[in-house]
Amino acid sequence: MVKSKDVCLSGAGLTKVYGFGRTRTLAVDHVDFSFYEGEVVSIVGESGSGKTTLAKMLLGLTNVTEGEIYFQGEKRDISTQRKRREYWKNTQAIFQDPFSSYNIFNKIDTVLLDCINMRGGRGFSRERKFEMMTEACSFVNLKFEELTNKYPFELSGGQMQRLMIARVFLLKPKILLADEPTSMIDACSRATILDMLMQLRSEIGMTIIFITHDIGLAYYVSDSVYIMEHGKFVESGSADQVILHPKAAYTQRLINDVPKIYEEWDLSTV
Amino acid sequence: MDMGKTILEVNELTTRYITRFGESVYAVDHVSLKVEEGKSLGIAGESGCGKSTLALSLMGYYFPPLHYMSGAILIDGRNISGMNPDDVRKLILGKEIAYIPQAAMNALNPTQKVIRFIEDVIQVHDYGATKRDIYERARALFEKLGLPASVLEKYPVELSGGMKQRTVIAISVLLSPKVLIADEPSSALDVTSQKMVIKMFRQLMNDGLIGSLIFITHELPLLYNVTDDIMVMYAGQIVERANAKAAVFDPLHPYSKGLMGSIIVPEEGLRNVKLAAIPGVPPNLKNPPSGCRFAERCKYVTPECRVTTVNLREIEDGRTYRCIFSENELREAYQNG
Amino acid sequence: MKHTFRQVFRSGKFVVGFSIFVAILLIVFIYPLIVPDPPLAIIAQGTFFEPGIYVNAYDSIGASKYTLNLEGAAAKRIASKLKAEDRLAMKDWLVAYGIAEADIDIENTEQLLDLWAKNYDSKAKVAGMTNAKRNYYVRLNTSLQGLLATEAAVIAAKNVETGALEEKGKIAQSEYVNVGQVANVRFLPLGTDNFGRDVLTELVAAARVSLQIGFVAGIIATLIGLTLGLLAGYIGGRVDDIIMFFTNLFTVIPSFVMLILISFSIGQEHRGAFTVAMVIGFTSWVWTTRAVRAQVISLRNRDHVNLSKLSGHSIVYIILNDILPYIASYVVMALILQISSGILAEAGLSILGLGPRTTDVPTLGLMMNWAMIYQAHILGKWWAYFPVLITIALITFSMNLMNTGLDQVFNPALRD
Repeated sequence: MVKSKDVCLSGAGLTKVYGFGRTRTLAVDHVDFSFYEGEVVSIVGESGSGKTTLAKMLLGLTNVTEGEIYFQGEKRDISTQRKRREYWKNTQAIFQDPFSSYNIFNKIDTVLLDCINMRGGRGFSRERKFEMMTEACSFVNLKFEELTNKYPFELSGGQMQRLMIARVFLLKPKILLADEPTSMIDACSRATILDMLMQLRSEIGMTIIFITHDIGLAYYVSDSVYIMEHGKFVESGSADQVILHPKAAYTQRLINDVPKIYEEWDLSTV
Repeated sequence: MDMGKTILEVNELTTRYITRFGESVYAVDHVSLKVEEGKSLGIAGESGCGKSTLALSLMGYYFPPLHYMSGAILIDGRNISGMNPDDVRKLILGKEIAYIPQAAMNALNPTQKVIRFIEDVIQVHDYGATKRDIYERARALFEKLGLPASVLEKYPVELSGGMKQRTVIAISVLLSPKVLIADEPSSALDVTSQKMVIKMFRQLMNDGLIGSLIFITHELPLLYNVTDDIMVMYAGQIVERANAKAAVFDPLHPYSKGLMGSIIVPEEGLRNVKLAAIPGVPPNLKNPPSGCRFAERCKYVTPECRVTTVNLREIEDGRTYRCIFSENELREAYQNG
Repeated sequence: MKHTFRQVFRSGKFVVGFSIFVAILLIVFIYPLIVPDPPLAIIAQGTFFEPGIYVNAYDSIGASKYTLNLEGAAAKRIASKLKAEDRLAMKDWLVAYGIAEADIDIENTEQLLDLWAKNYDSKAKVAGMTNAKRNYYVRLNTSLQGLLATEAAVIAAKNVETGALEEKGKIAQSEYVNVGQVANVRFLPLGTDNFGRDVLTELVAAARVSLQIGFVAGIIATLIGLTLGLLAGYIGGRVDDIIMFFTNLFTVIPSFVMLILISFSIGQEHRGAFTVAMVIGFTSWVWTTRAVRAQVISLRNRDHVNLSKLSGHSIVYIILNDILPYIASYVVMALILQISSGILAEAGLSILGLGPRTTDVPTLGLMMNWAMIYQAHILGKWWAYFPVLITIALITFSMNLMNTGLDQVFNPALRD
């Protein structure tokens, strides 16, 4: 909850346009934001709100049509492969579907070794690498000895997603973008995943950006919340402020439509 | 609990999948339940615990790889479990039991108008019905349920996801089934459409269009808001059944406890509360463990758990749970964390 | 990988197709070891000899004789010599003479000869018979007498000094030679073709060349298609536009027309089998490109590709490690189809006379072409073209069957 004053990632007038002419669609429409270091941010929106496009732009996986992204106060430059590599050392992601996040032809070891290599560990001895991978796996309650030489499809969804966290543990990035990291896994494993992410944040002090449609999850984990509708942020602020006292009509509707257990769920509003 | 007329009674139902390699997977293992007229039952559990198989098994209509093993399914006192599949299809499905499978809305034929599908459905059961009658019947029902009659003349692609799902639900109650089984009917929808679907289910119950509802989902806040009772399944067995309020706020079985502890809703006071997490994965049902099936993942496990067969115990008003500990022992354990 | 192979070989369709294909390959490679004759050697003087065992007549005279008294041997001999038109003529005479038509069975040689011997009289007046016709019957009668003769045939040789014929030996009607003891016997299971070549030897060589053409054409087409498809699909943007422009250009020009024009312009002299294969390969990559591109486009936005990018991998690494393995099964299937369509394309070209030059090697298409030019189909010389057709059909059928089998394994929607 301690909010340091340093802005880690910010955007000004960030815009993404798909297609042109009659099929031109504005996926992300001039959004401004500042994410602080060590903060947990949630970007909440329904499908088609542009939240995934925004995430891809932040990750540098898709081009920015207009506007700028600033990383640690400087304009982000990812024009060459070398610069992109440098940026991705600091910005990593966990994707929604653990089953499609892995190359099914590669062994689990490859995924983790890639991370060690990326952090400059290419020359490490085999024992050292093994030790690092074991440490990363034990951080997420997996046993590396049981996983080595296995293929990702031999794991359950929850285990795969934990392995993704192990990957982030090895990479120790400044920013982690988690795109619906728990929507494909069971409620019981969800708690485990969230716990681990939070623990990892306190360990390496990174900023976590959750991209989610689940407003309950956003409220549960984040320090600040951005509500996105049709490519625009309609409301933003601290989690308590946005979720408990929503101002924008869209936010109010979104919160209203989620089933409640402590309060009466008002069904008359649709 | 007032004793209404029992509309669905299931006794010791066991069904299994037979895999290509001849192995048996007991996905529904001696399940007994009762649902009274005008009541609804929710089924909760992790994926792979037998929820959807139970729904499929309740229809009495089995096709490979699912096979019926033993037990009885009584609808209004009539046993359908031993009936021949053709009779089940003609006499039972749609009229007595209607089933909405997962992603049913994507099963509408994209090349046909909705009304053509409805004609097919009705003519199977009522051969003489004219198109005019069918249209009138469907229109009346759709209007009652707040769906525009123009939907009938549309193709499925012209409808939004929420509208498609509500259309499918409306079609499934055309023949006023006594029991409606809905398997994850709102999971693929956005929150607003989900709410409309839930509202529709409530209306179906209140207007008496269906006798009772069995609602399957892994979203517990949703179950809490839809059904009277909640039944928790684990590894093919029932581990707890209670009324919705008790199941969510006062679960007895350690598995239910974990499940309920992982609920996240955007309500005051829930922020940064430690969520309960259940480590591990459900057991492989090809050879389930002896003793308590949850023992492997349970915080309160004793050596006895792993060897004794644990039966469902019934405490006040039909509340049941499957654990070797007594109610008080469990509550005490939860008090102490 | 092992698992995939096991799955592939569990598919009935694939196994059947694969077995047929392997059988064809084995025949193509083992047959030349057993029959080392050059496939294009002209062995027969004359065209279209029927399939059968050819026994050297000269050698059989000199071979040791065995007397076998077999019943019906004479009747068989006569039956084989009595032509259908003679039988009809005999029947005509007998009917005209006054024998009831229903009593005459021209298929029954014995009965026919019996009736003839009883009734025929060269002097008998038959109404409406011309002189020429009468003379024909006299000749027929004489030759029948000869057929019925039981004397041995005399073998005579010219005396070197006098030039007179001298009897050297006799061959009785009941004497046999053992084919195994005759020095020169040639089995021509499929006869000879219009040039007098052994069709079977030629066919095996042709199948081999056609398969080679198919493989070369298929591999060239698949390599071009794969490379262009990967580049267009993964890089996208301007590269995609340019590649797709050329692909579309090649799509709208019927590739067979292009094939004909290119083959024609190369000229007969320069068209070897390899050249034809290259021409086919370079005109049939279009569909592979489009299919691979479509697959790659659906793959390039997958999370595992994104993750690979985030791990700092280069484009080449990602294409080779994260894209190619996913479409490998698809490419193998495309390759199989390209090979079988390459074989068909060669056949099509050659039938039109645009195949490889005819002097080096036979191909399945060339054999069809020769059979057609020499009107084998009109003359009823089925052995010159039918086995070729069957071979082409078997090769393409087995490959398509393998393809369908693979499709069922790799495409879960088709699994049953």
